[in-house]
Amino acid sequence: MTTAETKASTGRVVSTWLGAWLRVEGYWMWYRRYWLSTLYSTGLQPVLFLAAMGLGFGSQVQAGAATGGFSYLEYVAPALLVAGGAQLAVGESSYPVLSGFKWQQSYVAVTASPITPGQVLGSQIIWVGIRLTLAGSIYAVIAALFGSWTSFGVLAVILIGTLTGIACGTPVMALAATTYDEGARFGLVFRFILIPMTLFSGTFFPIAELPVPLRWIAWLSPLWHGNEAARAVSLGTVGPLATLGHLAFLVVLAGVGWALAHKYFYRRLVV
Amino acid sequence: MAVLTTDPPRGVLLRVLPPSMYSGRSKAVMERTFLTYSHVWMLFVSGAFEPLFYLMAFQLGFGKLVGEVVGPGGQTMTYVAFVAPGLLAASAMNGAILDSTYNLFFKLKYAKLYDAMLATPIGPLDIALGEVGWSVLRGGIYSVTFLGVMTAMGLPGSWWAVLMIPAALLIAMAFSAVGIVLVTFLRSVSQFDYINLVLMPLFLFSTTFYPLSVYPEAIQWIVRIFPLYHGIELMRGLSVGVLSWSMAGNVAYLLALAAIGIYGASRRFGKLLLR
Repeated sequence: MTTAETKASTGRVVSTWLGAWLRVEGYWMWYRRYWLSTLYSTGLQPVLFLAAMGLGFGSQVQAGAATGGFSYLEYVAPALLVAGGAQLAVGESSYPVLSGFKWQQSYVAVTASPITPGQVLGSQIIWVGIRLTLAGSIYAVIAALFGSWTSFGVLAVILIGTLTGIACGTPVMALAATTYDEGARFGLVFRFILIPMTLFSGTFFPIAELPVPLRWIAWLSPLWHGNEAARAVSLGTVGPLATLGHLAFLVVLAGVGWALAHKYFYRRLVV
Repeated sequence: MAVLTTDPPRGVLLRVLPPSMYSGRSKAVMERTFLTYSHVWMLFVSGAFEPLFYLMAFQLGFGKLVGEVVGPGGQTMTYVAFVAPGLLAASAMNGAILDSTYNLFFKLKYAKLYDAMLATPIGPLDIALGEVGWSVLRGGIYSVTFLGVMTAMGLPGSWWAVLMIPAALLIAMAFSAVGIVLVTFLRSVSQFDYINLVLMPLFLFSTTFYPLSVYPEAIQWIVRIFPLYHGIELMRGLSVGVLSWSMAGNVAYLLALAAIGIYGASRRFGKLLLR
């Protein structure tokens, strides 16, 4: 066999990272064609909420103890970035992931090549992370035009929004990997987890307003930890030690979700 | 073996409309939707909870941030009592749109349900009426639940609030009819973001969460064009029992929207599927 023939071989196994990035490149190709139709979820949705709640509803709110002395717009802006990230991540981790297994079957196709289910999962998480960072940045720029930011801490808020999104997304990916029907359970996740989480996790008002039995929703929800950390870096209303605790919670949740999803991706894709 | 022996009902509609548009079988379309929902009843029931979560959030949290608001007729009211009728109108809209867009798109493109239906004596107007009828039924069930909770919280200010149920049905009818027309123009699932792009501003800016007076004069006129604004005006007036002649205008706006929507939907079904 000559060397030329060896080079022509297509059966080359790529490294772990490169394999995942090849998939991300695939998502990017899709996105370049369809970015316009995803504009709503990419940044525009939290901007609408900022206009309605920050400016409209905020005009009825007096800056006071509940908002830490800040105007309602400044109070709600970082949390809306994080909440928008959670919504986007859960959306992107539910039906699109199930579609990879079931309808489009792109996961099945890709794992027929040397790319492993773990790389497929990794690429999905990287892609959601890219979408989150992009959405957060677009929102941050528009919110700056509204005059919502008090400091450059907003750059850290974008990263916290991405981390919170991934912490919300990986458990949903694990759920999607164990879903075999048409995905009706995602509807229940949106209604009974995502919406209560958005409403009762300190996004729009401090959880101190809630009765104690309801506060556990906030304590358990990744969104509350993300909101607190985001406010800490943009407004400085939370201590540094507490902020590290919030970030640690998010990292652990993202890791547990990733590990579970990893297990179920292998179970479903390796025959 | 069941054989269809009875002639379809031949009412005045059949003589007025072009033949084969309508056969008086819209009930069968509704029955079919009811049967499919009986398999995913949890999803159906959960729809009633969504506005309740919002109501709870406003009672517990938002209401603490805002004291009193100026409501219909210039009277002051608690913020929760102000926002609850708006939420009821918005949930009637959201429920109707969900049914008439995502589900309808799936039935139209993938399940090929309407192709199958139109191969029977069912006509395009039957389908339009049946789908809108189901949305109205569903919206009705949700709004009764919502009004019940509102009453338990002591929010409605008068007996006129009972009329919020028919008002919710009217909103559901108008939005589901228009939603059906719009969804027949969509080509792929990724275009569903456009629906949110229309729905969310309607939900957020139609004075659901704060009075119209917040906006500058020019924007107030834009908001008055929004269909949901008319639904919310109707609800808020009925909730506190302040009636005015402008409410007749709100009703007329929504009725016109529903009529245009149902006509348009039957035309689109006919155009897309009966070629």
